[in-house]
Amino acid sequence: MKILVCISHVPDTTSKINFTDNNTKFDTNGVQFVINPNDEFGLTRAMWFKEKQGASVDVINVGGAETEPTLRKALAIGADNAIRVNTPATDGFQVAKQLANVAKEGGYDLIIAGRESIDYNGGMVPGMLAALLKANFVNTCIGLEVEGTQAKVVREIDGGKETVTAKLPLIIGAQKGLVEESDLRIPNMRGIMMARKKPLNVVEPVDVTVQTKIEKFEKPAPKGAVKLIDPDNLDELIQLLHTEAKVI
Amino acid sequence: MSVLVYIESEEGKFKKASLEVASYAKGVAQMLGTTVTGVVFNAEDVSELGTYGVDKVLKINNSKLQDFNAEAYADALKQAVDKEVSKVVVVSQSANSKYLAPLLAVHLNAGYASNVVSLPESASSFVVKRTAFTNKAFSFTNITTDIKVVGVSKNAFGLKEAQGAATAEDFSPNLSEEDFSVNVTNVDKAKDKVTIADAEIVVSGGRGLKGPENWGMIEDLAETLGAATACSKPVSDMGWRPHSEHVGQTGKPVASNLYIAIGISGAIQHLAGINASKVKVVINNDPEAPFFKAADYGVVGDAFEIVPKLNEKLKEFKAKNA
Ligand SMILES: Cc1cc2nc3c(=O)[nH]c(=O)nc-3n(C[C@H](O)[C@H](O)[C@H](O)COP(=O)(O)OP(=O)(O)OC[C@H]3O[C@@H](n4cnc5c(N)ncnc54)[C@H](O)[C@@H]3O)c2cc1C
Repeated sequence: MKILVCISHVPDTTSKINFTDNNTKFDTNGVQFVINPNDEFGLTRAMWFKEKQGASVDVINVGGAETEPTLRKALAIGADNAIRVNTPATDGFQVAKQLANVAKEGGYDLIIAGRESIDYNGGMVPGMLAALLKANFVNTCIGLEVEGTQAKVVREIDGGKETVTAKLPLIIGAQKGLVEESDLRIPNMRGIMMARKKPLNVVEPVDVTVQTKIEKFEKPAPKGAVKLIDPDNLDELIQLLHTEAKVI
Repeated sequence: MSVLVYIESEEGKFKKASLEVASYAKGVAQMLGTTVTGVVFNAEDVSELGTYGVDKVLKINNSKLQDFNAEAYADALKQAVDKEVSKVVVVSQSANSKYLAPLLAVHLNAGYASNVVSLPESASSFVVKRTAFTNKAFSFTNITTDIKVVGVSKNAFGLKEAQGAATAEDFSPNLSEEDFSVNVTNVDKAKDKVTIADAEIVVSGGRGLKGPENWGMIEDLAETLGAATACSKPVSDMGWRPHSEHVGQTGKPVASNLYIAIGISGAIQHLAGINASKVKVVINNDPEAPFFKAADYGVVGDAFEIVPKLNEKLKEFKAKNA
């Protein structure tokens, strides 16, 4: 099986979010970048296929040279090849178009992307990629088995889960639950050494027409101070929730 | 040229989120000086939709569409857009809508903005405000394509009643074999439980509750309030609660009216997931817990004493105000 895992390079979850250039650009100053958590669940599942059922695993990112350490980390975890499409990621559609262009040549049986990236939370790339490639797609994937050309996928729905079947080639939007948190891997020394020798191919982008454009960013207004309530006076809390906040 | 809105239903009933996206569609239609067309799947009585601004309903009745199917639903919606010559398509941000919207956007060659929290700034340039960085910021996004797909966050716009009645029309899209290449074999859904996605109130517990055996008081409180239960990440990682209850940056976002956090410290990743909630109450024995900075109301003290007491008092309050 040939697997492609799409890797988004995102600010670490503890990052403070700030903007520069008149609130038009994300301020990367002091920000640590990581593999998008949803993609990491997918990458770990791909490693399982590689080790248990036999598969080759490529990883791909659309982004400038600064994203290469993130791809190297995916190689250190065990991916075989990395591909970087040499253009900054500007919106979900543009990223999906670039990915589709590479994927259509690659003959992949399974393409794994994250349900959404934790920076722009678009939740667009996996579905758009599937539509562009005319391949089957299952989102919010929390279980995946493949036998021959048939996949059985469990997907999270509001208030439960659903099992679906689909033929390969298949694209999934991965999320927590696809593998256990404890199965996520930290690259070891040997992995890091090996990753240095693995190929990281840089490919040039295709032209994409812009569909959406971020004009500016804004931070939420600062919140007022918390109202503390005496634990012996819970009636006051109930009254406040009823009359002031009007939520009960 | 109407504004098209996908109205989700369950067993023929419309969810609040569907009425909310109908209200949003009406808001856009007013800006553009046009009408709202709603699309429903296998729902008979659509009269309620008129109250929320829908002028015309396209009713799709097809037994093959009984289970949600992203590809088939997206194909049907595309044909409805073509028929109505719609320039704006509005969907909710339920798990199903988030599944089909990117497919629909590509089929329509439309720009798609998700997690939208307000109407466009003007009818001429379609700039919408959306949450980004898991609610730690907003981005103002201009959708520059001719057709636009807008995913509206729950509880962001609210319900707006309108004067009007919706006319209904049967609509039979042409569906192809390829639309059914992903097939549902089993659905496992808690029937009588409020889900985090739909809940107005969420009661959430963290590691401070010490163990899964102590969740009874959380469930009791949730029952009194008609709330959904949720938890912090370590709680689901340790298997005390299912993954589907994990709230936060790597779990679920919550956009309820009230979020009650019990024994949760308020780490940045957790707070990111609940920023969109309107009112936050925290119960924690550590007055230094970061959650107190994010909360509207706080009680410093032992959850094991406070929660059962609060539940009793809420029951009395409910009885009096019933
Ligand atoms: C990549 C990454 C992603 C993450 N994503 C998420 C996420 O999506 N969601 C998430 O929640 N976390 C996430 N985390 C974890 C996060 O950093 C915190 O570790 C987590 O939120 C802490 O959970 P907690 O508050 O339940 O536990 P703790 O930090 O252990 O806090 C427990 C709280 O309970 C209080 N307490 C203890 N006993 C009592 C009592 N008897 N009565 C009242 N209060 C009591 C304590 O004072 C403390 O404040 C993520 C971490 C990483 C690294």
